[in-house]
Formats: sequence, structure tokens, C-alpha cells
Amino acid sequence: MTPRRWLVLGIASLMAVVMGLLLGAVDISWAGLVGSVTGSGSVESALVRSLRMPRVFLAFLVGGSLALSGASLQALVRNPLADPYLVGLSGGAGLGAVIAIALHLGGPWGVPLAAFAGALGTIAIVYRLSVVAGRRLDPHVLLLGGVVVGAFAGSLMSAVITLSSASELRSAMLWLLGGFGMASWPSLAVFAAYAIAPVGLLLASARGLDLLTLGEENAQHLGADVEVLKRRVYLSVAALTGAAVAVSGIIGFVGLVVPHVMRRWGAPLHRELLPAAFLAGGAFLVAADLLSRSLFRPLELPVGVVTALIGVPIFALQLKRSLA
Amino acid sequence: MILQGKDLTVRYAGAEAPALDRVSMDVRPGRLLAVVGPNGSGKSTLMKALLGLVPVEHGTVVLRERPLAAWRRAEIATVLGVVSQREEILYPLRVEDTVLMARYARLGPLAAPRAEDHAAVRSALERCDAWALRDRRTDTLSGGEWQRVRVARALAQEPEALLLDEPTVALDVRHEMEVFELVRALTDGGLGSVVITHHLNLAARYADALLMLDRGRAVADGPPGEVLDAGLLSSVFGWPVAVTAWRDGSPQLVPLRPGETGV
Repeated sequence: MTPRRWLVLGIASLMAVVMGLLLGAVDISWAGLVGSVTGSGSVESALVRSLRMPRVFLAFLVGGSLALSGASLQALVRNPLADPYLVGLSGGAGLGAVIAIALHLGGPWGVPLAAFAGALGTIAIVYRLSVVAGRRLDPHVLLLGGVVVGAFAGSLMSAVITLSSASELRSAMLWLLGGFGMASWPSLAVFAAYAIAPVGLLLASARGLDLLTLGEENAQHLGADVEVLKRRVYLSVAALTGAAVAVSGIIGFVGLVVPHVMRRWGAPLHRELLPAAFLAGGAFLVAADLLSRSLFRPLELPVGVVTALIGVPIFALQLKRSLA
Repeated sequence: MILQGKDLTVRYAGAEAPALDRVSMDVRPGRLLAVVGPNGSGKSTLMKALLGLVPVEHGTVVLRERPLAAWRRAEIATVLGVVSQREEILYPLRVEDTVLMARYARLGPLAAPRAEDHAAVRSALERCDAWALRDRRTDTLSGGEWQRVRVARALAQEPEALLLDEPTVALDVRHEMEVFELVRALTDGGLGSVVITHHLNLAARYADALLMLDRGRAVADGPPGEVLDAGLLSSVFGWPVAVTAWRDGSPQLVPLRPGETGV
């Protein structure tokens, strides 16, 4: 990617964050925004500090993580149409969250922890299915296993939702569609600290991912230890996506569309693609979250609805162009 | 001796007969060895065994005086350059970028490519007459160009030996000849090379030695004139053939039609 494009990407990310802080149910003045950083005691500044900042920063990190995971997974399974949720996480996380909601598991951490546990459970089952003959991780089985295990968890989830009361049903549906309404400094801090390891592992695997796109055999000829690499990438992607679902619900299309677009925008090699996708995914999700809370304010749309509404046309356009 | 396989036996899970049965071969600098034999005779399995990509039931592989098992994958890639039979382009790249991947085994996970890496890429592309293609996207190349780029990528590994698995499949006469000429020239430049091929006639003209496999066993091993025997070929391939000689003395095989007899 050219330095100019990096600059464009950087400015776009910064602008998304600033707009995300300024606009919303209540629009903030520039003075209020500056005050929130310098420590002014105005109501506006306090609002930015306690609500907007954690929300916008969390949306950025989650969007970046999803896009990074998507880019890595697309190389791992050698399928440019792979979405991190395809490995079955959404079903498992959703099941965990819905059970927590139905059982009224207490505290602000009840639902995210249950969702995370659900995601980890699915990862474990899919991983067991995909390790063929006790030694080889088969990416095709990974995808298929993810789809079937995810579908199984999804039907259990539907059963739980059907059997629960109306108010629980509404909050479960809202959770499933994703959002950052519950973002707080503690949830931001926990996610950020947790994400360091998988994000670092994926970034360090950039060269290996380049090689994997050539096919496993060719990757080995060029010096990749593919079994170690595949496991590292899969587990990092799964752990990162699982945590993203836990703090923000199921937000589709970021992990599918953003890497796809960045690859075509001049970053086909992963050493550039991974950081570029992280920035673009972060900016995209901050913008989508901004739309979700300002389009029908004071009502909020689930952010997953907005990402799908934007993501699907972009994806369709890319698909059409790639066929031309 | 760069690479040596001794008494290699490989058996795939569930199969009764071994895919490779006590086959020995070695790769020496400046020698082009062609591995020939019918479909399913174990040619690709032999290559995989030499590269440590299938479990070997019996026998040893030694790379530069050290057992292959003691080598890390990235280290092997600095000694052996491999052009596999297939490579599907799912994510198109610039030609120069795909050849630069040959240097990954010598680079840290985050280090930027050094001047010497770019130099190796350029020299490899030039030797394969592909430097002019460097800015093209891999999915716009013709079959022959793509194959040259893949050989260049293996060369950019700066290996001591080159292993090619059916490098001329689906290429027309000119591109086929270009690949064999290239491999011959590289071998004359000091590389050890192994080519798996179905082209017995080209193997006879370009290779220094032939290894013929049949149902996992080595049935002949030596200079082309010794290995390409009409009786042996007819029995191994299950079709009657005659063997004549080209001007340069290399044996050339002519498959016979029913009712025809040999020369």
C-alpha cells in the first residue's frame, strides 16, 4: 500500500473516532470534546468521558479485531468469503448469552461471560472435529464443523428463547443483533488487555498467512511449519472473535467485507493487510455505531443491522467487480 | 551429496501395499535426475518422503549429512527449492511479491525484506527470463509464464537443489521445452535437480540419470540408454513400445499401435 493510502486510512480512522465522540443522541460541542480530555467539569465533558469514549474506543477495538480475524481466517481456510463467525462462534456465544438472560445471571458481566463461555465451548468442539487423525488441522472441516456446530447451538438457542418470557425474549434478540450500549471503561479495559495476545500472535503470523494462501503444500516448501501455524491462527481468531461477541453481541459483515475491500485496495500481503484491516474495521464499526444511535435518535438500531445494511451492498459490488 | 534417500518405504493409512517400497536415490550437484513411471507408481510419494511430508515407515533421508528430521522446515527451505505439481491462484499477487515469499524462510516474522532479498528475487526472475513480468498480477499470466515464475520463486530460495513435480503438465511444446532447457541450464550451473515427469523422451534427452518406478518399487536406475529398454517399458507401462535413437544418441520411445512390431 502506498504511504498516501496509509495516510488516508489513518485520517479516516481518526475522523470516525472524533465524529463518534461528537455526535449521537446529544451532539457535543468542540469545547466539550476538548474539555473531556483536559479534564473540564462540564456536563458535556463528563458525558463524553463516561459514555462516549468507552463506547467509541470499544467499537474501534472490536471492529478492528473482527476485521483482523476475518483477514486471517480467509487465508487459513483459503476462502475469500470466510467470516470469523463462520467457525460457529455466533451460535455458541448466542446460546451462552441467551441462557444467561433467561436465567437472569446477575451483574454487568453475567451475559458477556456466559457468551464467552459459549464461544469457547464451540471452539473446543469444532477444533476437536477438525484435527484429523490426531495431528492435522483440516481447514475445510473447520468451516463445515463450524457451520454445523453453530447451527446446533443456534437451534438450542431458539428453543431457550421460545420458552422464555416476552421481556427476556426482547433483550435476548437485542443482544444477538449486537451493540455497544453497555460499553464501559471496565469492559473496554478488559477487552483491550485480553486482545493484546491474539492480536499480537496474528500480526506476527503475517508472513505465514501469505504462504498459506498458496496452499498448504506450497507453504511447506517455502518453509512454513503449517500445523503449528494453522493452530496458532485458528485459536487466535477464535479467542479474539469470542471476546468480541461477548462484549458486543453478534456483529456480522465487518470481518467479511473489510478484509476483502482492503485486499483489493492495495494490501494483498498480510504484513500490510492485517494492520490496514484493523484500522479500517475499527473506523467502519465506529461509523456504523454512530449511525445506529443517530439515525432514529433517541432510539438505537442494533449495530449489526447497520453493518449488514452497509456491508451487503459493498460486498455485492466487490463480488460483481471481481467477476468482471 | 545434497540429499539422500535410502530404502524408503511409505505406506498410506488403510492401504495394504506400500506406496513406496525400499526406494533409494540421491541428489548431487550438477546432475539432473528424472523420476519416471506410470500413474500411481509412487513418484510424488517419493518426493514427499524426501521432503519429510509423509511419515516414512522404513528407511532414512539425509540432507547435507544430517538426518532430515533434525531440520526445521524453514531451514530445509534454504537448501531445497520445490516446484509442486499444483498451485491454484486464489489471492492474486504481483509477480515480484509472490517470488519474494521465497525469502520468508530467511526473514524474521516482522523484519522488512533486505537489499539481498530483493537482489535474490531479481536474479532468480532474470535467470528464468521473467523479470519483465515482475509487475504483472499472477492471475494474468499464461500457463508457461506462471510456471517460469514458480521456478523463479524456488530459485529465489537460493537452494542447492531443485525438485520439480511434473513441471510441464498442460504446457505446449514450446513452454515444455523452455522449462526443460531452464532446468538443464540451472543444473549445469551447479544445482542438483530432480524432475518428476511423464515425458520419457524429454527426460531421455535432458536428464543425466533416470529412476523408473513401478508400483512403488524402483525397477531401473541409471543413464537413459540403460533405463529406457523397450521390453522393460512395455511391461511397466502395460503398452508395447519401440525404442529408437535420436541423432544425439538419446533413446526415444515410440508407442506402438496394435499389430505393429518394433524396429
